[in-house]
Amino acid sequence: MNADKHTPDPVVGRYRVIPILHEGAMAQTHTANATPAIQEASGLPGKLVADWHDRAIARLGELLKERRGLQVFMDTCTKCGACTDKCHYFLGTADPKNMPVARQDLIRSVYRRHFTLAGKLFPKLVGARDLDKPMLEDWYRYFHQCSECRRCTVFCPKGIDTSEVTMAGREILAAIGLGQQYSQEIIGKVNSVGNNLGMKKPALANVLESLEEDILDETGLAIRLPLDDATADMLVVTPSADFFAEPHVDGLIGMAKVLHAAGIHWTLSSEASEAANFALFTGQHDQMQAIALRISTAAQSLGVSRIVMGECGHAWRVAYSFMDTLVGGFDYLDPEHPRPEHICELSHELLQSGLITLDPSRNADKVVTFHDSCNVARGAGMGNIKGGQFTIPRALLRASVPQLVEMSSDTTHQKTFCCGGGGGLLTDDLMEVRVKGALPRAQALQAVVSSDKVTHLVAICAICKTQLSQVLPQHDLADVQVTSLHHLVGDALVL
Amino acid sequence: MTALIDSLETDHEGYLMSRDSWSQPLAVELAAADGIELSEAHWEVIHFLQEYYENYEIAPAIRILTKQIGKRFGKEKGNSKYLYELFPKGPAKQACRYAGLPKPTGCV
Repeated sequence: MNADKHTPDPVVGRYRVIPILHEGAMAQTHTANATPAIQEASGLPGKLVADWHDRAIARLGELLKERRGLQVFMDTCTKCGACTDKCHYFLGTADPKNMPVARQDLIRSVYRRHFTLAGKLFPKLVGARDLDKPMLEDWYRYFHQCSECRRCTVFCPKGIDTSEVTMAGREILAAIGLGQQYSQEIIGKVNSVGNNLGMKKPALANVLESLEEDILDETGLAIRLPLDDATADMLVVTPSADFFAEPHVDGLIGMAKVLHAAGIHWTLSSEASEAANFALFTGQHDQMQAIALRISTAAQSLGVSRIVMGECGHAWRVAYSFMDTLVGGFDYLDPEHPRPEHICELSHELLQSGLITLDPSRNADKVVTFHDSCNVARGAGMGNIKGGQFTIPRALLRASVPQLVEMSSDTTHQKTFCCGGGGGLLTDDLMEVRVKGALPRAQALQAVVSSDKVTHLVAICAICKTQLSQVLPQHDLADVQVTSLHHLVGDALVL
Repeated sequence: MTALIDSLETDHEGYLMSRDSWSQPLAVELAAADGIELSEAHWEVIHFLQEYYENYEIAPAIRILTKQIGKRFGKEKGNSKYLYELFPKGPAKQACRYAGLPKPTGCV
């Protein structure tokens, strides 16, 4: 009955220490299976099918053909070990199955058994294993202890992308009846309502109206948060957490202030009231396309010429890296802005061109550090400059606050550590994994809190903001305020 | 004491499967199981949540909750510190569970 029954003891530890292996440490972890109703709403079997083994192998065979990267990743690992200590879940849990190579091997060993000659003839000699019930259970457990953050990939000499392996594993699991409740329910809500929250248009309108009132009280200005305005030039698509949660809402308010100050005629859409695309996490490409299509359909029906994405990590990866392939042909957009843009990119451009003015002294009481979100850092670029996903948010921050402190360089930029809640793990029934997975980020943060008295951690991802707000107190960092980047930009903005 | 809870259909996190199974005595039991005795102040929040849900089919955002509670019941109640004192595990999750509302989903 107790919703917090999974909350573990606080985790503390010394910075960057590789843990002594603890076999089976996380073997009891289990995120709830999707209910039959949730599964069936997505056209998936309601429960584990009787012939699950054969169907799983058949689906693996299809995915190997469809996703050529997966085939390469199955074949190229040399077990060099470079990835072993790069995963936050391994560092936080000490469970050897959370080493990226071990996680991949859950599928790789089955791949060898069924899709290689040596594995068919001499399975024991080549590490080939059958997909039996214990293996199936390991798939479900350990593919839901990976946030698909791709930090291990940065260190892999072969460039093996563990996230693609995890995605394939989850896709197969859902296809045989073992989807995850958290992600599949969310995908169902986006399809039926338009956003992860399941917030219908009247509720969304109520929230936006209430926020306009708050901004008027604060600034004395009638700054709008328009919804479904067919006369707008720009569609802004932001994670629905921005309409609901703290500290997300303050970021949305900051965005509205910037757009107002720049005189941009913009709108939100009730049809595309969600930036997030959880089908990236579940590896379900058909769903990923359907969710992305909501954005391009809304953009075209509203007749906008620009699409701007709010502060959401994986939404940006989908928009930047996959959207053209999924729902491409952006010929309806302004040729000057021919693809979805990031809100940081837009604000930075406005700052550089003098259309907005930022006064960092308005944030004088804050010492800020920036947490690179994995899907922005490793899954995308930003602007038209190399490394823009690192330099643009920081340039905006430097213009908004007097002091920006960097965390250790092996925990930022491309080597950033996941917040511990990404990739479809931001659910209470994985709280132990989330708290432990946040360990490396918490340790790096603790270091700058000690050395530079950092007061605020800034993120540009809804998941990072929720996760870190919830788990940092368990790492003795309750005093650090997790903040939206555009909250600080909005506060520094000269209106 | 726990008769109502025992026969209750909930999801894996303890939220009611159906709002029809909600009753005041049930809310009292759910809170008691967490060691909370529901006071008038708790009921103000629970009833507001239920009313908002009737209108909008979703729980209110925290910001709306604090603002509306402040408007209706006094400025001193319109802040998240007050609400967290009433519902230490978070007004959004804990109070929604007692009110029989489904848990908000997504990145929240």
